[in-house]
Amino acid sequence: MVAKTLYDKLWDEHVVRVDDNGTALLYIDRQLIHEVTSPQAFEGLRLAGRTPWRTSANLAVPDHNVPTTDRAAGISDPVSRIQVEALGTNCLTFGITELGMGDKRQGVVHVIGPEQGFTLPGSTVVCGDSHTATHGAFGALAFGIGTSEVEHALATQTLIQRKSKSMLISVDGKLGTGVTAKDIVLAIIGKIGTAGGTGYVIEFGGEAIRELTMEGRMTVCNMAIEAGARAGLIGVDDKTVEYMRGRPLAPQGELFERAAAHWLTLSSDEGAQFDAVIHMDAADIKPQVTWGTSPEMVLPIDGKVPSPEDADDEVKANGIRRALDYMGLEAGTPLTEVRPDKIFIGSCTNSRIEDLRAAALIAKGRKVAESIKLAMVVPGSGLVKEQAEAEGLDKIFVEAGFEWREPGCSMCLAMNADRLESGERCASTSNRNFEGRQGQGGRTHLVSPAMAAAAAVTGHFVDVREL
Amino acid sequence: MEAFKNFTGVVAPLDRANIDTDAIIPKQFLKSIQRTGFGPFLFDEWRYMDHGEPGMDCTNRPRNPEFVLNDPRFAQAQILLARENFGCGSSREHAPWALTDFGFRVILAPSFADIFFNNSFKNGLLPIVLDAKVIDALFAKATGETPLSISVDLSAQTLTLDDGTCISFEVDAGSKHRLLEGLDDIGLTLQEVDLIRAYEERRRAETPWLFI
Ligand code: SF4
Repeated sequence: MVAKTLYDKLWDEHVVRVDDNGTALLYIDRQLIHEVTSPQAFEGLRLAGRTPWRTSANLAVPDHNVPTTDRAAGISDPVSRIQVEALGTNCLTFGITELGMGDKRQGVVHVIGPEQGFTLPGSTVVCGDSHTATHGAFGALAFGIGTSEVEHALATQTLIQRKSKSMLISVDGKLGTGVTAKDIVLAIIGKIGTAGGTGYVIEFGGEAIRELTMEGRMTVCNMAIEAGARAGLIGVDDKTVEYMRGRPLAPQGELFERAAAHWLTLSSDEGAQFDAVIHMDAADIKPQVTWGTSPEMVLPIDGKVPSPEDADDEVKANGIRRALDYMGLEAGTPLTEVRPDKIFIGSCTNSRIEDLRAAALIAKGRKVAESIKLAMVVPGSGLVKEQAEAEGLDKIFVEAGFEWREPGCSMCLAMNADRLESGERCASTSNRNFEGRQGQGGRTHLVSPAMAAAAAVTGHFVDVREL
Repeated sequence: MEAFKNFTGVVAPLDRANIDTDAIIPKQFLKSIQRTGFGPFLFDEWRYMDHGEPGMDCTNRPRNPEFVLNDPRFAQAQILLARENFGCGSSREHAPWALTDFGFRVILAPSFADIFFNNSFKNGLLPIVLDAKVIDALFAKATGETPLSISVDLSAQTLTLDDGTCISFEVDAGSKHRLLEGLDDIGLTLQEVDLIRAYEERRRAETPWLFI
């Protein structure tokens, strides 16, 4: 038998039909829906007089526009409110389950999918959102799609797709203490660049990846898209299976055991051929901080802000110049001297319980520095919030001077009221440091939750291992 | 998508080159949660003297008397005549949505921007490329005393002018088929219902946990 990659297995299991030219009709097991990219898709169904192919294959949640402060007050921005209300109405009309703003299971779409057991190993998962790559942590083929495709998936439970190339990134050996999944993925993007994965599905492997918890694996796969990949993947093991056990929408009892036996076959075979293979040594990875306006503009915490003169060519030099200008940074400045104004711990990259624990560990018994205008913790879901409160994490944060908020995308993209003012600098656990991403003129530095908490309590970026 | 039927319609001459999608439907209207309702805002900045915002009632907005669509003779036009590189700029599918919502079904131009061209077919709008000389001649007729009307026959790939002149045009066979049948990608995929159902049946047996 031919040795197959995990991607081959997932692909082959989901092909309904394939053309001579390689265009395939791919079956979609699960679709996650949020308020921003779905209204026209529902409208399309309505206009064509169509209904969803399989309503139970869909799960909806409002997250991008929801307020993270008092929910009882509702949404003040009318445009945001209409989008959120439209999702509610559409779900009601088409019979799709929605975890609305008042539901304690509500949260960021990529947090709630796995949490509810909606995301299953071996499934295909789509969402009108690029960070759908997150779900690849479960050995699921998960990718983001556009509004027309949202409609296509709703109406037909399939998508027209072409197979990507496959890449294996193996992170070998053990991570040092204080170094996290976020640092792994930032280091990978720093190495291969934001276009390094273009045209590929990336499988993450190696000892350091296997050692990660499911939360950590989700963080890594979440940012596969930031490396340009169509999807990220991690093979199924006992940890994956244990995470699934008892989840509300996961199979139960005997069916679970049957499913688990199948799931455990979902990893790349010995000797499977990838189109590209990259090895990294986990021991070389230090806590990372981005300094520029693209996730690939990243350095270890002991680094210095680069100079345009360090660049190999003029295009890169210009990129550095523009980024330095936008970020308000001088070449040669040690990253440890960079002082954020705001701290954001949240987003689908880093808002799960383990992320909050890691940040709380640093915050415990310390105080947010005077120079920090706002430090906020936004749990990924109502259930994460509940769990954190049961563990007393909220108290640790509040005592240290952090704000403890309601779940949602929040300042990851500033579609709700949470945002940076022009010129403000933020230590953020999110995934994109593009110009204006967290608010017009805002300056984002991507870091791990522990590094964000460390920056909060010291007032500048610092190697969390030294605290 | 509705099937494309033969029709006879009035031609609105819009004598500009490089009409971009932001001109067709300005960016503030992308906040809309709908795919319909863009018609009143089609060419908003050219059509009205004030600044348009989504949700506005356009009935009493001050109109630009110079703009072709404000001429009552063209208010019901179904064919738009334009110059080269029509639909350049951003990829917004809102552009064909606005054109069809207004009532246009055919656009005649010497050339189209690629993405707009493809988006049009997805939305039942037929973009027809004609030789620049033919377009010139059509402009001459369409701007005369009485509006020009044209009969469009997609199956025969012909345009018949009201004076009897017949012009033939090219269209890609696949796109033509989809338009005539009223098939969008979803429509086409739904022709494979049996295959999808058979797949589901097999998977339901093999991996029942996926079918909650
Ligand atoms: S948290 Fe950020 S990246 Fe994740 S889904 Fe929300 S907006 Fe997108």
